[in-house]
Amino acid sequence: MRAVAAPLARLAGRLSRLLGRGGGTTLPGVVLLRLDPGAVGRLSNGLEHGTVLISATNGKTTTTRLTVDALAASGFSIATNRAGSNLERGIAASLLDVATGDNLGVFEVDEAALTAVARATNPAVIVLLNLFRDQLDRYGELDTLLGKWKDLLADNARAQFPATLVINADDPNLVSLVTDDHDVVWFSFDDPAHRLAELDHAADASTCRRCAHAIAYRSIYLGHLGDWFCTNCDNARPAVHVRAISYHRDSDGANRYRIESDRSAMDPGSDPTASMADPTAVELVSPLSGVHSGYNIAAAVAVTQAVQRRLGRPVDLTASVAALEATAPAFGRGEQLHIDNVHISLMLAKNPTGVNQNIRTVLGSGAGHGRDLHVLALLNDRTADGQDVSWIWDVDWELLFDRSAQITVAGDRAHELALRLRYGGFDTDRTVIESSAAAALDEAVRSAGAGNTVHVLPTYTALLDLRSVLTQRGHTAAYWDEER
Amino acid sequence: MTSTSAHATQTVRLCHLYPSLMNIYADRGNISVIARRLQWRGFGLAIDEVGLGDDLAPDAHDLYYLGGGQDRDQNLVAADLITKASVLRGAADNGAAQLYVCGGIQLAGHGYETVDGQYLEGTGVLDLDTVAGDTRLTGDLVIRADLDGDDVTIVGYENHAGRTYLGTAVDPLGRVVSGHGNNGTDRLEGARRDHVIGTYLHGPLLPRNPVVADLLLTWALEHRYGSTELRPLDDTLELSAHAVAIERAGQAR
Repeated sequence: MRAVAAPLARLAGRLSRLLGRGGGTTLPGVVLLRLDPGAVGRLSNGLEHGTVLISATNGKTTTTRLTVDALAASGFSIATNRAGSNLERGIAASLLDVATGDNLGVFEVDEAALTAVARATNPAVIVLLNLFRDQLDRYGELDTLLGKWKDLLADNARAQFPATLVINADDPNLVSLVTDDHDVVWFSFDDPAHRLAELDHAADASTCRRCAHAIAYRSIYLGHLGDWFCTNCDNARPAVHVRAISYHRDSDGANRYRIESDRSAMDPGSDPTASMADPTAVELVSPLSGVHSGYNIAAAVAVTQAVQRRLGRPVDLTASVAALEATAPAFGRGEQLHIDNVHISLMLAKNPTGVNQNIRTVLGSGAGHGRDLHVLALLNDRTADGQDVSWIWDVDWELLFDRSAQITVAGDRAHELALRLRYGGFDTDRTVIESSAAAALDEAVRSAGAGNTVHVLPTYTALLDLRSVLTQRGHTAAYWDEER
Repeated sequence: MTSTSAHATQTVRLCHLYPSLMNIYADRGNISVIARRLQWRGFGLAIDEVGLGDDLAPDAHDLYYLGGGQDRDQNLVAADLITKASVLRGAADNGAAQLYVCGGIQLAGHGYETVDGQYLEGTGVLDLDTVAGDTRLTGDLVIRADLDGDDVTIVGYENHAGRTYLGTAVDPLGRVVSGHGNNGTDRLEGARRDHVIGTYLHGPLLPRNPVVADLLLTWALEHRYGSTELRPLDDTLELSAHAVAIERAGQAR
């Protein structure tokens, strides 16, 4: 059966595409795993340099794209799951598409699927970006995921060829997973200009995981990420090897990042604790905006370091940075398009921390004063969105109120969202409820008017709904036709 | 807060227990409903946030709120909450309003037995016991309840591993129409005694169930000022959200 499993699975994908039943991005993987459950391990063994697995609540799709571009610039030939199909079956499907000559796999992995995928692929590098509360009905508590990841890293430390870890030093929960037995490249964001005044309401780290005393911050940058320390014991943000030391959005919309990295950490066998022994800084201009993008870019640079450390194969930092400048936003993650003369900005909204970050990005645009913003928020409650919509009450929508001319709402739970705005103190007459994604888009475009921007915050299936409206109207290509 | 209403001097004193630890299912939504529905009627609200190690003065509050947390945080809270148990029991006996949601209802009972056999003592405000199950009871939850003579539907979402069993000194909040309820077997949901409500309904509970919100506010104002009458509000949007939630609960998605 093994011999025919892969060809049959590929055929299933082509049929699915021909029949117009979605992008054919997961069906081949389902077929393959059914016929040959060990397929992911065997196919990934064919990649000479192994795999890089990237997981997180937020940012895994964008960081995967950045990492692919950065490593491709250093001459790797890369297999990846571009379409964001990030469960084991999606990775199996991507491995079916491995081209002759591909020598490295870079895959985004669903946070709950990471343990299974890592066990199947024996990765060279594991990248952990963050964990935030997200779809509690689907993923369970944050601690449940952290427990799974802790088991994974403990297994990894005992493995014959342990992976090099790339971990966000700004997330106290992730730092708690690491022991002295791990080989880690740490990264952080560190531009005090973007300090938040206080923790978001939805913050997920208030007590130290060593001693249970309160965690405090010198700087908070995003959710519970920042320069943290325990108020009782010596637990604190570790010294890092790569950090985004400045981010600035110019008035012309150019996003400038300055990334500092430690050259000495890239040498195989160097002491990974001697952080910033030989610092070098690069500046890059990116179409990706916001502090969250600073984290993602720093992570991608850190992965290039980890690949060099782990594989002993030089990475061309200059070429990698040039490639990072060209990485465009992924499907619905800061994607920009136009309808007539109205600018549309699509920002996937799936959990409180992600939406809060998107809201800060929205506030950074427009005239910067008065009621200059037009927002379209779409809330669905299907399985892929999380059926429990209570998370919208943890989002700091209030930040938008003074600046919003109108907030248009739609989706399965549009009324719930309108209630959230009402109880937050937003005028009912600036809230417009529409009954479909298409009607809501039309209304938001009308209210914004020519030359202005509609900031769209959709949950995952609402983004798909909207995308099909846009595709029907000829504004954008179906996402599974993306480059690869 | 300034107000031009006739009730400007009437203020509900809310005790929000462990807001930074017990907030996992958007408990902030419940607090904002309490705040707005008082404000819209010209009443004031004074919120005391009471955390680990903080003193809880007796008879200082008209309404108490405890939400849900992750297991780890709930363990931290349980050890602290029992130091406040006598104040909370006394307040319940005195007719103060109390709302316990998710983890809150578990901690308001006699105790909680975890999966590994550990026993977390509760406050005993409500006569009920909770035992951890090996699966989580998750999904939409719709119940019918008799709220002081009003036959109402209450709708929300549940997500709990604990199985809660009621003693004889409490009534259920309602009977399960769809969903799991307290333990997935006896079709009962929540618990009530005097002016205390415990429930697994989140979503959060109060925004789409304004009748529950107003009942708690009536109790809180009565506790402080004697008899009170709440002016009706325009709840068109709340009732739309309520209806949509019931409709979605019956649909595969």
